[in-house]
Amino acid sequence: MDRQALLLTLELAAVTTLILILIAIPLGYWLAYGRSRLRPLVEAVVALPLVLPPTVLGFYLLVVLGPRTAFGRGLTALFGHPLAFSFSGLVIGSVLYSLPFAVQPIAAGFGSVDEEIREAALLLSPSPAVVLSRVLLPLIRSSLLTAVVLAFTHTVGEFGVVLMIGGGIPGVTETLSISIYDQVQNFNYAEANHTALVLLSFSFVTLVLVYWRRASGRTEAAE
Amino acid sequence: MTSPLSPYMRIGAEQRLGSLRLDVSCELTDPWTVLFGPSGAGKSSLLRLIAGLPSHLGQPAAGQLIFRGQTLMDVGRGIWTPPAERGIGFVMQRPALFPHMDVAGNVGFGLRGVSGADRRRRALEMLSLFSAEPLARRKPKSLSGGERQRVALARALAPEPRMLLLDEPFTGLDAALKQSILANLIAWLGERQIPALYVSHDVVEAFETGADVIVLRDGAVEAQGPARMVLAEERERLLRRLDGPRADGRRWSGAGPFSEE
Repeated sequence: MDRQALLLTLELAAVTTLILILIAIPLGYWLAYGRSRLRPLVEAVVALPLVLPPTVLGFYLLVVLGPRTAFGRGLTALFGHPLAFSFSGLVIGSVLYSLPFAVQPIAAGFGSVDEEIREAALLLSPSPAVVLSRVLLPLIRSSLLTAVVLAFTHTVGEFGVVLMIGGGIPGVTETLSISIYDQVQNFNYAEANHTALVLLSFSFVTLVLVYWRRASGRTEAAE
Repeated sequence: MTSPLSPYMRIGAEQRLGSLRLDVSCELTDPWTVLFGPSGAGKSSLLRLIAGLPSHLGQPAAGQLIFRGQTLMDVGRGIWTPPAERGIGFVMQRPALFPHMDVAGNVGFGLRGVSGADRRRRALEMLSLFSAEPLARRKPKSLSGGERQRVALARALAPEPRMLLLDEPFTGLDAALKQSILANLIAWLGERQIPALYVSHDVVEAFETGADVIVLRDGAVEAQGPARMVLAEERERLLRRLDGPRADGRRWSGAGPFSEE
């Protein structure tokens, strides 16, 4: 297995997950409790990566982040290098591509909190931030865990976006899923099998742990 | 309790809530006011409006809410004070305790600028007011309905609100417990001059507490005044119900609560 690709994949998934959770908590809160007429539009934008071919997202990111647009040129000037074909570009692509996997569980978690409990907290708390940190987030911790696991595993498993935006440069933008693709292209089936098995086991074990935790949570709630 | 000379709260509100049109205009003067009316009359909606809790069914189209000279809401001027800044305690029909905190944690939640130990001490103090001190370390899910309501009451009182709203919080409690809680509550509020607006269906309770009563029907104030005047008809109806079965000797052998009168 390509060790360099493994470390890069883990680093990408960790950074992406961290950014996603920081975005998903306020966005999920707004989606769950906001009353703006723009909500369906924002919901659609968040869910878009679920139905959009990853290559489409990758293509637009490549165009937007590249030197063809003023935005892309501005980012190049800001970072000192083009974001396309770089780790930062991969992070941007991964955040957008995994957005629904972090936002949707968190929004659903906020939505499942008893309205009267939230209102009781709003009546007693000095600020909505305290309601969030001391009441809502502890109550939706299983949704937070689901969001973290899905965002992380989905980033580990993504292919189309990272290939389009990153180009699969070894040591820079080549993740494990691209590494498998390259190994198969080179007829290195044994190595591809090894890498695929690692990814399969990782995804399966993680999901079993999430579902097991959810099932034990349900049992506890029923008691 | 003696009535202050001037009203402490002026309420005027127009709000469409599904099929109900809330159109209320009244003043609260008595320290203990009972909001009386049939289900669906808008009692809970009025309490929510005072507390500043938004309704999913609609926002006030017009109205003003002035509490001790401070405008908490003025639709025309775009004034709306958030619930936490109103200093109004609210005990709902369902206790809505925070399930991840123990009882003392729940009661101490609303205390501001108080350190951990003081917070716990204050929580225990409030719990003892309702004989609920032994519950301090327990989680809400292990409590009975009555225990949860007492904790919810202690939680609402702990920050010493400027006013207390009670939305039928004692439904389902046995009469003796309810009476003892009410007596402690009224005494505690009286000592601190904290007025309360209490939603109740119970005529006896309104009489016992010597309350000023607001009768709400179809979203509007139908009558307001001392219980003895405003609820005279309800009292007669209750007496007839109590006397009826006793007269034919089938069910009642004891005297009703107003039989001595």
